[in-house]
Amino acid sequence: MEDPDKKTEVVLLACGSFNPITNMHLRLFELAKDYFHETGKYKVIKGIISPVGDAYKKKGLISANHRVTMAKLATKNSDWVEVDDWESSQSEWLETLKVLRYHHQKLLSPDPTNSLQNAIPLTKPGRKRKQEPNRHEPVKKKNQGPDIKSVPQVKLLCGSDMLESFGIPNLWKLEDITEIVENHGLVCISRAGNSVQKFIYESDILWRHKNNIHLVEEWITNDISSTKIRRALRRGQSIRYLVPDVVQAYIEKNNLYSPESEDMNAGVVLAPLQKHASDSKN
Amino acid sequence: VRMKSRIPLILLACGSFNPITNMHMRLFELARDHLHRTGQYQVIEGIMSPVNDDYRKKGLVSARHRIAMAKLALETSDWIRVDPWESEQESWTETVKVLRHHYNESLRLLQSKKEFMKNKQPIERSTKDSLSYEHSVLPELKLLCGADFLQTFKTPNLWKEEHIKEIVEKFGLVCISRAGSDPAQYISESDVLTKFQHNIFLVKEWIQNEISATQIRYALCRGLSVKYLVPDSVISYIAHHNIYTEESERKNEGDLLQPLKLHNTTVNPLND
Repeated sequence: MEDPDKKTEVVLLACGSFNPITNMHLRLFELAKDYFHETGKYKVIKGIISPVGDAYKKKGLISANHRVTMAKLATKNSDWVEVDDWESSQSEWLETLKVLRYHHQKLLSPDPTNSLQNAIPLTKPGRKRKQEPNRHEPVKKKNQGPDIKSVPQVKLLCGSDMLESFGIPNLWKLEDITEIVENHGLVCISRAGNSVQKFIYESDILWRHKNNIHLVEEWITNDISSTKIRRALRRGQSIRYLVPDVVQAYIEKNNLYSPESEDMNAGVVLAPLQKHASDSKN
Repeated sequence: VRMKSRIPLILLACGSFNPITNMHMRLFELARDHLHRTGQYQVIEGIMSPVNDDYRKKGLVSARHRIAMAKLALETSDWIRVDPWESEQESWTETVKVLRHHYNESLRLLQSKKEFMKNKQPIERSTKDSLSYEHSVLPELKLLCGADFLQTFKTPNLWKEEHIKEIVEKFGLVCISRAGSDPAQYISESDVLTKFQHNIFLVKEWIQNEISATQIRYALCRGLSVKYLVPDSVISYIAHHNIYTEESERKNEGDLLQPLKLHNTTVNPLND
């Protein structure tokens, strides 16, 4: 029988363009954390922002260097949300599942500098430890089922738009979606009156794993999309109080968004669409 | 080529600011952008005027705190400031009086600048001084608000008719509305607003960001995060002084709003 007081540790991973990062992105983390804590069953121990690589080829996507820097500036005074540039430093575009797997693996096999090592309890309190935890050795786990509480879970944090993008042909691989919801889990933030529940209902895969899809309602209408931010900037309009001050200052100093930058990758096929089209040909 | 001189404009926002949020500050930014785009105005200042404690709104915490939080939030703004005059009055003050006060203050300031300039040697005057002195265009003061504010003009006993008229005729409104709401309709439904609609600037907010202070207080009472909705400095202040609690939310419970009390006619029981 599991210890009911033991909470499952959760790491929230947000993948996206962050072009640029906005207060809305940052809010997603706060909302998700509050949600998990309110259930009494989970403890959120870390938040990770993983900006997509330039090879994604989305229209208007500026250099990953800038996007990572802005995200870092934005999370400077957060004590639990950080930025990871592993995904953005890859030369090719990576499927989201691979990023999830990478971070999950990283949690299981921490390096000495990874402070999460100390957060992973090996046994229940009161029992003798079978093995002394050694900071320098990877903690070996066999066949971890989802009911073992001792390993932190990495869940994909997203908005309803990402969830519903599962329905866009050739954007996601079916087996990837399955593995994401089955082995990891989704935390989807959406506003009241959204169509997410209907979308889940209409998908057999999502429905089957709906216990691993956490829907969080956002009660404050917060529509600060990066697209609108870039539009405002092109028009010389203020973006203050929609993005952290440091991000606004950085954008202004480096003159990041312009009609030219918005034209980047115009006419280029998005990497996942390109990849899945050629995969299916093979 | 002579630069066309713009009318200097001051934006004044009245409200509870209980607490101040990123949305309140956005209103100023949106209004300024809009007014500049008309080509007619130069926004020289933004003033936030938190309401007096005597307003007796439910959950209204002490003005001392509301002013302190607004100051913290506006620390990084180079054009918006908070003004305590309204909150320091002995009793609740009608909005039109707050407008009159700040307008007179701006005239007084302009006058003293002129005096100062007269006494300055010509060589000491900067170009900026010269422009503002010589053109001497009287500044305009406009009330900055959301669309729901326009709607309150219809609430029985909340406003005096002659005040509404003075506000739109003598001063003017800058009204920010979100997609989906239609302030033009409220205007068309009111004779006085229609008459002075040239003095009512409607600004559409396309980036929805409805951070209601009520919901912020609700979240705070429940220990939920309001980070990125309210400046960090304000969040720290609230935590440090333990401002918003279930108890603070009950303040003035059951009391009638001061303007309703003052306007003192029998309230139609059929109205909400």
